[in-house]
Amino acid sequence: MLRIPFSIYESLRAHGERTYPDECCGVLLGKAIDGTNEVQQTIEAGNTRTDSAHNRYQIAPVELIRIQRQARAAGLDIVGFYHSHPDHPAQWSPTDIAEAHWLGCSYVITRVALGKAEVTNSFLLSGTSEEDKQFTAQPIEILMQETLTV
Amino acid sequence: MIIHIPTPLRAFTGQQESVQVSAGTVSEALEALVSTHAELRNNLFGADGKLRSFVNVYLNEDDIRYLPNKEDSAVKESDEITIIPSIAGGRS
Repeated sequence: MLRIPFSIYESLRAHGERTYPDECCGVLLGKAIDGTNEVQQTIEAGNTRTDSAHNRYQIAPVELIRIQRQARAAGLDIVGFYHSHPDHPAQWSPTDIAEAHWLGCSYVITRVALGKAEVTNSFLLSGTSEEDKQFTAQPIEILMQETLTV
Repeated sequence: MIIHIPTPLRAFTGQQESVQVSAGTVSEALEALVSTHAELRNNLFGADGKLRSFVNVYLNEDDIRYLPNKEDSAVKESDEITIIPSIAGGRS
């Protein structure tokens, strides 16, 4: 399961609206507890795929390093990532699975249609290696009171 | 020196966020890491023994691919290595 406060959920969806018709991307920070990825913070990242930003995203490794350090300083971990699919379903694509390498992390995808965020889905990257990795649909629990268990 | 382990690989380091190793080069440090935590080897290296293309390795602030000596770059006890798998994708 992905557990996320409402305000953070709305902010990552709004990010996709701001970057439309290009894809947005960002990192989910929090804690993985008993199989649930609990999000406490998101960090917006730049999309380095300026050559094809309408259907591709990539976060620069150096930016990831900075975000990972930021997480460590806050006592948090990287528990997932998010990106948008402009005018395309909120389902993982062949490119998404081929480029997904963070086992145990949540990959959140928002469909943005004509500039408006619609469906948001989360997929857990499970498996033990590149050879057996797979995406499985992951329920999203949205916390209206923002009371996380950590 | 310290090697920082990203979230997805901590399953193979007993959930340790960082691992201390003794080494003279980046390559030796990574070898020391996978020698101690054998399950990491398949996640970091391909069948050809080379780092998988999506595995980024930073020596302090520098991507080792852009250092003159790459993975043979010398390391000091105070240096830090960070392993960071790439993040990318897209709708099609």
